[in-house]
Amino acid sequence: MKTRWKSIEWMRGNCFGSVRLGLLLLIVLGVFGGLPEVQAAKIGEITETDWTDQAARFFTFKDPSVRYAVLGSIFLGVSCGLLGSFILVRKLALLGDTLSHAVLPGVALGFLWNMTKDPVAIFVGATIAGLLGTVTVNLIRDTTRIKEDSALGMVLAGFYGVGICLFTMIQNLPVGNKAGIDKYLFGQAAALSSGDVVLMGSVMLVACLLIFVFYKELLVTSFDSMFAVSLGISARFFHYLIMLLLAFSVVVALQAVGVVLVSAMLITPAATAYLLTDRLHRMLILAAIFGLLAGFLGSFFSFLGNNLPTGPFMVLGASSIFLAAFLLGPRYGIFPRWLKQFNRSRRIQIENTLKAFYQVREAEEFSKEGVTLSALARRRNESLREVEKRIGHLVRDGLASFDENQKGEVSLTEEGVVYLTPSGWQRACEIVRNHRLWELYLTNAAEYEADHVHDDAEMIEHILGEETVRLIERRLDFPTRDPHGKLIPSAIDMGEVDSNKVEGATGYFSNT
Amino acid sequence: MSTEIHPLEIHDLTVAYHKRPVLYGIDLVVPRGSLIGIVGPNGAGKSTLIKTIMGQVPANSGWVKIFGKPFSKVVSRVGYVPQRESVDWDFPVNVMDVVLMGRYGRLGLMRRPTKEDKKIALACLEKVKMLPYANRQISNLSGGQQQRVFLARALAQESDLYFMDEPFAGVDAATESAIIEILHDLRKKGKTILVVHHDLPTARKYFDKLLLLNMRVVAFGPTEEVFTYDILQKTYGGRLTILSEVADAVGEVHPSSDQRE
Repeated sequence: MKTRWKSIEWMRGNCFGSVRLGLLLLIVLGVFGGLPEVQAAKIGEITETDWTDQAARFFTFKDPSVRYAVLGSIFLGVSCGLLGSFILVRKLALLGDTLSHAVLPGVALGFLWNMTKDPVAIFVGATIAGLLGTVTVNLIRDTTRIKEDSALGMVLAGFYGVGICLFTMIQNLPVGNKAGIDKYLFGQAAALSSGDVVLMGSVMLVACLLIFVFYKELLVTSFDSMFAVSLGISARFFHYLIMLLLAFSVVVALQAVGVVLVSAMLITPAATAYLLTDRLHRMLILAAIFGLLAGFLGSFFSFLGNNLPTGPFMVLGASSIFLAAFLLGPRYGIFPRWLKQFNRSRRIQIENTLKAFYQVREAEEFSKEGVTLSALARRRNESLREVEKRIGHLVRDGLASFDENQKGEVSLTEEGVVYLTPSGWQRACEIVRNHRLWELYLTNAAEYEADHVHDDAEMIEHILGEETVRLIERRLDFPTRDPHGKLIPSAIDMGEVDSNKVEGATGYFSNT
Repeated sequence: MSTEIHPLEIHDLTVAYHKRPVLYGIDLVVPRGSLIGIVGPNGAGKSTLIKTIMGQVPANSGWVKIFGKPFSKVVSRVGYVPQRESVDWDFPVNVMDVVLMGRYGRLGLMRRPTKEDKKIALACLEKVKMLPYANRQISNLSGGQQQRVFLARALAQESDLYFMDEPFAGVDAATESAIIEILHDLRKKGKTILVVHHDLPTARKYFDKLLLLNMRVVAFGPTEEVFTYDILQKTYGGRLTILSEVADAVGEVHPSSDQRE
């Protein structure tokens, strides 16, 4: 990696000149605003510097260069998203990275072919170089003891180095028509010509069509190539088909994203989609959408900043979408998982407080309706303040109320009395029942020692579902006492609430 | 010459990886409706044999005929259960997707699985008692459940000849007996099944015939006839290591793509 960065530094020094170097620094600082003096890449004679004017110009699509830039970015986003999905599930992400760097000498040679920025010559040159790069990787892997990851690293750096040398050579050539060739490094969507856009659109169409036609073959060869072969489907053919489409997508994306960052457009949208779904077809659709969005955002911000390099902005867009999915994705997102965890531990706290309430009343042989705060605190082994907070939660959930004299104020004295509402009492009974039933089940059916079961029951009481409770009750022949001789609360106990309602429904409702 | 067409006939099959032979002159004729265990030590070429029969590994010499034809002509009559570890279980597919893959061989190009295919896939899931899991993402399955899904996929192929590569590896007892039940059921329907198996004691119990393999066919016949001390000794014991040494030597004589040594 170090060599790669060095070569980039070196590139900046030699090929770009100080104006470009300053420009790159500005991207790093995230400055999008007016850069009137920059002379680079002004397609369509842009004179406005105000960003609102620029945005207005962008969204009216009057400017052909805007149209090309947006279309091109969208096309490349879609094809990179689709191919990237296959690269990801086939675990070829590094190969994609290598291929995208290996195309650089091909771009240079394509230019040298007839000394112009001819899209077709560059396309052919880059595709050949990319495929040559992957073949080289396979060759090194198969003929030496060097493993694939090392081979990938070598080929990536080697081809990229050759490309940089050729680029420097081109920059120093006394030919006039080399404008735009340097855009291949960091990408410039505004430099796209109509020919480029047609090429990008064709590649996208071909990719979509082939993926649609061969979806099931691609699915089975990606998932289980051995099985695919046993079905008579050639895993090798589809591997090469993917590699060829990948090479095409990378090559047409080069001008807009640049060699350095094109692999991010392959992997990031696909990885984002992978976080959000468990089905390949949905992953493909999502990845295409994310690629499209990233492409659009990239071309927009690039235009806003007076044609800053597009690649970094596309990658920023793609990475932002990834970050959002990483944090908020319903299935694997950090935040929803954290929320679930939080809710669960809050519920357990509430249930433990209810259980303590039951136990205090039980110790008083149910002589009193209410329980004092200090008694609860002793039972829970917590400070008065903590218990007060927990009672606050119970009240908020409609499970408890304070002594009427207290006017429902949260601040309670040591001898303040708490009452449970009917639903609070029912849940308290359910938790105690779950606990004691489970203890009994462990000692009777699983032959645990009576003094081994408490800790396990402490956990299980919160997750025992209604059906399991029913099952255990039946299995234990509707018991009344737990292994320690304590009464198991029954439907009748809870029936203090509403005996009609709880009849035959002693279960614990976990969703409330 | 008998006129009967055998499900599987192998003649003088030799296979080499990087010029290092792993199977020598295999001859085998498998009759219809038999449940055969392929047994042998590690590196005996059990998986290679299956892969060669199905054209995944090229043969150096000899031929394989399935129902009297080369494999590529009778693809749809052959079912396959690969080793469970050979796939990525985090792959974005659900159980139903995987089982439907068993129908792919019968679908033409561009054709998606039909309702009929889905019905068959569900019936196969039912047979392996995995119906409630049809919409589960495969990474949520236990090892035994994964194996059942693979078995259901093979059943969905509705083939006449099955190859299974270690279907009993790392599964729970319930899955093991469920698999055996299904294998017996298949045999009853006249299917022919070859199973690569690692465990000798259960091999004796499960299979009608055993193929004892150690780079060549040591013995092939009814379980009670070939499951003898002498034959097992021959398969697993010291005598055959000579073959392995010869194989290494041959590999050295032909310095090839594989220059590890």
